[in-house]
Amino acid sequence: MNKYEVLIIDDEPQIGKLLRIILENNDFKVTLATSGKEGILLAANHSPDLIILDLGLPDISGHSVLKELRFWFTKSIIILSVQNSEEDIIQALDNGASDYLVKPFKTGELLARIRSSIRRNNHEDNQKVITCRELQIDFIARTIKKNGEVLKLTTTEYGLMALFFKNEGKVLTHQHILHEIWGVGFQNETQYLRVYIAQLRKKIEDNPDHPIYIVTESRVGYRFI
Amino acid sequence: MAFFKNIHHPKWKQYLISILLVFLISTTCFLLNEYIGNKTVALIFLVMVSFIALTFDILPVLLTATLSALIWNFFFIPPLFTFHINSAEDILMFFVYFAIAVVNAGFTFKIRKEEIKAREKEEKLKSIKLYNTLINCLSHELKTPISTIMASVDTMMEQEDKLSADVQKELLSEINTASIRLNRQVENLLNMNRLESGFLKLKFIWSDINELIFTVIQKLEPLKNEHSIIYKPSDELPLCKIDEGLIEQVLYNLVHNAIIYTPEGTTITIKFSVHDSHCKIIVSDNGPGIPKDELDHVFKKFYRVTGSKSGGTGLGLSIVKGFVSAHNGTVTVENLPKGCQFIVRIPCETSYINQLNNE
Repeated sequence: MNKYEVLIIDDEPQIGKLLRIILENNDFKVTLATSGKEGILLAANHSPDLIILDLGLPDISGHSVLKELRFWFTKSIIILSVQNSEEDIIQALDNGASDYLVKPFKTGELLARIRSSIRRNNHEDNQKVITCRELQIDFIARTIKKNGEVLKLTTTEYGLMALFFKNEGKVLTHQHILHEIWGVGFQNETQYLRVYIAQLRKKIEDNPDHPIYIVTESRVGYRFI
Repeated sequence: MAFFKNIHHPKWKQYLISILLVFLISTTCFLLNEYIGNKTVALIFLVMVSFIALTFDILPVLLTATLSALIWNFFFIPPLFTFHINSAEDILMFFVYFAIAVVNAGFTFKIRKEEIKAREKEEKLKSIKLYNTLINCLSHELKTPISTIMASVDTMMEQEDKLSADVQKELLSEINTASIRLNRQVENLLNMNRLESGFLKLKFIWSDINELIFTVIQKLEPLKNEHSIIYKPSDELPLCKIDEGLIEQVLYNLVHNAIIYTPEGTTITIKFSVHDSHCKIIVSDNGPGIPKDELDHVFKKFYRVTGSKSGGTGLGLSIVKGFVSAHNGTVTVENLPKGCQFIVRIPCETSYINQLNNE
């Protein structure tokens, strides 16, 4: 099997070195860029499977790099940054970041995010059935099964689950979910979302108070894992 | 010195008040002139100028002195309704009055200036003291975990072959704890800075407080050791419109505080309820409580309860207070028969759309 190539765009040599050690140790091929311009150039030359991008770069801001990359780069871009304000996170996700991880990060979490991002790269868009542990969605029959048993879901609940399954492992912002399910003009009606998520959790989670499928990303949104 | 007021009125207000006061007193005196005589009027004017000098700037005071002297001359010294003065005694009186008023104003102003200087010096000293405390606390709080990390790494690099696998594991776990502590300290400092810089902008969104509480409990799971954290959710609760990030931090700090400062094995209880126009979060523990005379101080920056063990930052509760105040809410602490409880009250909009009938 070919190794997946990861491009790291981060100006901190220590972080670069550390990421290289972690990733190479986990069978990834690593390329390192220390500025935004170099990063864009290397992304074009190497066409990596995934880019890890820092927001605080010396030459151009990470947000601009992200926007520029997104004109043509279709694979995953994970933001790895010390910026932890929800404005930054939401802005990056809106600009096409696949995921967001705040420094300091846990190695296990970073690897999990990288793997799920790469998996999504290779997702066939027209899969009819997706399974996630005990849950399974059938896009043709429009049903969701838990342990083989069909769950009774309303149309909206099914819509939410379908959105989650299609974006497995990815954080979805409140605004994005509201826009996708309820449409334009509902982006700020977070109370609907809260109520539906609470209802859905009661149906799909073993313990709705400690959800393991629909996980809360504080201040930002939800992640289906 | 405290007699001098600290309130500073805007310039135009000072002039306005001065002029109004002069007219009010002169009118009153004019009506009573028959009974009190013009020399008493001069004394009353002097008292007025002195009082104005206590709070106002020098120019409005001089204006008051001049204006009252002229009015006194015009309306009270015979011949009335002219600026002309007949007797030498009255001329003398007029100039003495004016001189006393001006000197009086000048002296009071000088004293006030001195007082301001003294206060500024005192404040400067106070802030230097605070700065020193801050630097001391900071270097201690930052250097302790850094020392642990450096010493552990050092040991592992230099004595690699002498260390058993167990010891190595222990050292790694020390490094882990120290890094988490270091990170928390930096987070607290950043939060404090957000609060004090005045750049804190609240983002109110509809939040499910049940969910928020469970998120916090989950985040604290790795740190809680032998403590048990109890929260019984209720289905009937509405959504609340709050800044989720800040309230999560408030709750996190309160529970984390309870974990640090109560003995292992004790229970921390979270309660949440919604009232007419506010929601209430209570975090209680059954630890040793807080000494009565220190209850008022726990929210102060860098204040640590006497004899409390290390590991805290002295910032957690002041951030709680800051974030709650940013919501126009209140946070209070009281001792229980056993332990203590923090009560957070936050005014907020609520929404009872709990069941949506869907299509």
